[in-house]
Amino acid sequence: MSRPEIAGPASPADPAEVLEQTWRDPPGLWGRLSAVNHKTIAARFLYAAFAFFVLGGILALLMRLQLARPDSRLIGPDLYNQLFTMHGTTMMFLFAVPVMQAIGIWLLPLMLGTRTVAFPRMNAFAFWIFLFGGVMLFAAFLIGMGPDAGWFAYVPLANADYSPGKRIDIWAQMITFTETAALMEAIVIIVTIFKMRAPGMTLDRMPLFAWAMLVTSFIVLFAMPAVMLASTALITDRLVDTHFYDPELGGDALLWQHLFWFFGHPEVYLIFIPPLGVISAIIATFSRRPMVGYRAMVLSLIATGFLSFGLWVHHMFATSLPELGKTFFTAASLMIAIPTAVQIFCWLATLWTGRLVLRTPLLFVLAFFVILLAGGLTGLMLASVSLDTQLHDTYFVVAHLHYVLMGGAVFPLFGAFYYWYPKFTGRMMSEKLGKWQFWLFFTGFNVTFFPMHIVGLEGMPRRVYTYPDGMGWNTINLGATIGAFMIATSVLLFIVNAWRSRRRGALAGADPWGAGTLEWRAASPPPAANFDVLPVVHGRYPLWQPAALPDRVAGIDPGLREVLLTSVTAAEPDHRMLMPSPSPWPFVTALATTVFFVASIFTPWAVVWATLPVAITATLWFWPRRSESEQRHQREVRP
Amino acid sequence: MFRLVLSTVVLPLACLPSGAAAQAVQQSALRPAGVQAATIFSLWNFTLALCAAVFAAIVLALCVALWRAHKAGRAAGASPGLAPDLAPDLASLQQPERRVHRAVLWGTAIATVGLVMLLVADVWTGRMLARLPMNEAVKVELTGHQFWWEVRYPEEGVTTANELHVPVGRPVVVTLKSRDVIHTLWVPNLAGKRDMIPGRTTTIALRADQPGVYRAQCAEFCGLQHALMALPVTAVAPAQFARWTQARGKVAPEPATDSRRLGRDVFVRAACAACHTVAGTMANGTLGPDLTHLASRPTLAAGMLPNDRANLQAWIVDPHRFKLGANMPPSPLPARDMHALLDYLESLE
Repeated sequence: MSRPEIAGPASPADPAEVLEQTWRDPPGLWGRLSAVNHKTIAARFLYAAFAFFVLGGILALLMRLQLARPDSRLIGPDLYNQLFTMHGTTMMFLFAVPVMQAIGIWLLPLMLGTRTVAFPRMNAFAFWIFLFGGVMLFAAFLIGMGPDAGWFAYVPLANADYSPGKRIDIWAQMITFTETAALMEAIVIIVTIFKMRAPGMTLDRMPLFAWAMLVTSFIVLFAMPAVMLASTALITDRLVDTHFYDPELGGDALLWQHLFWFFGHPEVYLIFIPPLGVISAIIATFSRRPMVGYRAMVLSLIATGFLSFGLWVHHMFATSLPELGKTFFTAASLMIAIPTAVQIFCWLATLWTGRLVLRTPLLFVLAFFVILLAGGLTGLMLASVSLDTQLHDTYFVVAHLHYVLMGGAVFPLFGAFYYWYPKFTGRMMSEKLGKWQFWLFFTGFNVTFFPMHIVGLEGMPRRVYTYPDGMGWNTINLGATIGAFMIATSVLLFIVNAWRSRRRGALAGADPWGAGTLEWRAASPPPAANFDVLPVVHGRYPLWQPAALPDRVAGIDPGLREVLLTSVTAAEPDHRMLMPSPSPWPFVTALATTVFFVASIFTPWAVVWATLPVAITATLWFWPRRSESEQRHQREVRP
Repeated sequence: MFRLVLSTVVLPLACLPSGAAAQAVQQSALRPAGVQAATIFSLWNFTLALCAAVFAAIVLALCVALWRAHKAGRAAGASPGLAPDLAPDLASLQQPERRVHRAVLWGTAIATVGLVMLLVADVWTGRMLARLPMNEAVKVELTGHQFWWEVRYPEEGVTTANELHVPVGRPVVVTLKSRDVIHTLWVPNLAGKRDMIPGRTTTIALRADQPGVYRAQCAEFCGLQHALMALPVTAVAPAQFARWTQARGKVAPEPATDSRRLGRDVFVRAACAACHTVAGTMANGTLGPDLTHLASRPTLAAGMLPNDRANLQAWIVDPHRFKLGANMPPSPLPARDMHALLDYLESLE
């Protein structure tokens, strides 16, 4: 086979064109369902997670309308309880975790200098599972079968005795279901980070965002099984009468809380550790210098991950546990502030010694700084046993957790979106609208949540659908409702900005911010194969540091879905590997799995008969196909 | 939709100073009226001061950092355009920044000291609370139900519901149980909260040091009407408390009028007695609140309605109008029976 010497842009032998053909997803509806490109899947993940964020926000607005004044009869207790359960469930399970993983799936191959993620079909499968699980939950809510025992679903309230009907069954089963998606994504991310980094990108040179995603994925791996176990035990209690949580028959109501919070507390950290990586990227770029204390940052991330498993009991201080045990968990909860302090000081030092360029992404990061700081400090208050007995289950906690989760995740996410939008679409978002959005969001957020600290101390419990007049809570609640609508307006403004900029934004070019990490080397938006030539890395900021030789990987065939695998720590080239091609079977298998999970809510026998379609579709998924064996053959005959 | 916005947002705005009524109801951790709450309040003040100082220091450092970096950026020729055209400063990649690292280390050390201070203060407060004298404590058994409170004074032989009386200056040890789901007793003016967990017995100690009525509310989400599960806690002088327990220890008097006698019969016949107890009669149900001294209670339906004849009647006719999800079934009685029943219930003082 001979190749023409000079290739025009349209010639099939042009490497860029060949790469595009090799890596792009097939056209047509069937092709879309077969897509495995990491950017396609991640973009769908992002859109779905954002849609769930908006839905969760609408639920919150309805709650705030009900609470705007005392003794309101706008929304009855039944609907209100469903609203707050769905709000918590949506934001935690259908927005916060998936959106972080989606950003990881989109960015990591670009940041690490490779063409795809590990296990691209499992990646697609995980997306479909997540989407179907989330849609099922909202479908149930819309037909009046929304869960109503709180997103924490404490037993015995969530037992069959006190929550009859199918509401909690649907909830418990869909939680288990969607969390399998999170587990699979964690595996995809871990393997991608460990095995697919560009040659030369040792662990010590990896972007902090990749470190953050790595730590997060390990937390997912150890925390998610706890909640899946807990919800599976709950559903067997409800459906086939096991007695895990029934104190009268040898079970224990507190077992649920231990299992749930063993997941639930790390959950908070797995929501806000990825943003720590985002922030490090944004601060370095807009301070125009490398991050201070790279290794300290990495160690802090790892320490936060470890410690996050040691403090779940501070959610249970009111349950009457032994004093010494409580002191241990107080100490652990306070200790986790130390790695956070290290990171805060490193960011401060980076800004202090940097040369500032203030743009919208950095604005969100600075707001994160202030808000997370406040949320962290109120967290210290909640970690104290004595204070917690007053603050627990009041609006103080509502304020605290929104400071931590919105400050720790939503603010940086907006920052991340403004920052990476040019890479995503090839165009810049409007700075003017961005600043408007920022100030509206920041103000609305503080108007909504800051006074909640006070109303909590003034005795307002959380999860109440109404409150009597004359308690001194009216003004603050009304204010919070107004603030919530400011937040909603700001999110609308964001949507408008993202929508408009897609067509009208200024063209971005490959590296509009002058950033130093590898994803900015790819074109904006990146082609299907990410890079025309795979880079070799010589430092932490490859785009800032002058390239040494070799600067590119040689010997990868553009006509095959081939990637270079490297060793775990030193990132030395290991071997070349063929990645799987697009396939509709992950989609079909996800459908079959959904049938399995949904049917098992209504009849335990589904566990028997519904394994059949899952087994058949999964077998077809892995059945060796001709085109793939041809690819392999081709690879063997070529040098 | 417009009406909805108008009714929820605009109208309440017009009567903003409604917070002025705050003095009437005492449910606040910021106005302690008992030694436990006061001890926790001191810890709160200390923690708040420390955290506020840390917050101020770090925000100040952030502002200075921004100002410095802004100046450095201007000096290096940063333009206000969209793209930062400033070349990155890579000096730190060549030589380590010892001074900066030392500053980070110092910051972390100071933060650690602050955290240790918080831990010590917390442990110290915990020990203070544990060592409060508990001799001659009044014993109370409190049982949580969906959605009301069963109150027993085992030593005084008093059973009541939805009202807790405590003597000022004497410790009260409350044993907490639950009949159905998890509830939480929380009297913020007197003490922190403690869960009531089915299958377990927990206790909490409190002491009211000033007379008054303090509102407690269930703090753990316990189902449909979690929001409407309140408990007035009345702190009175010890002598008055003794009188109260004595009065509450008595059985219900024999009905004095025909109407009341008929009312008692209705009470037994209309199945009220299946769930409610009136001591001294054949009514000895235990699913609902004990009604022996119903007329002396300030509120109906767990702190929800003022206790008067109209509310009582409305409640009996259709409890779910007020408290959807309450376990009491509606009892539409003929007018004569209803009046007799109300006469009878109003005599239960």
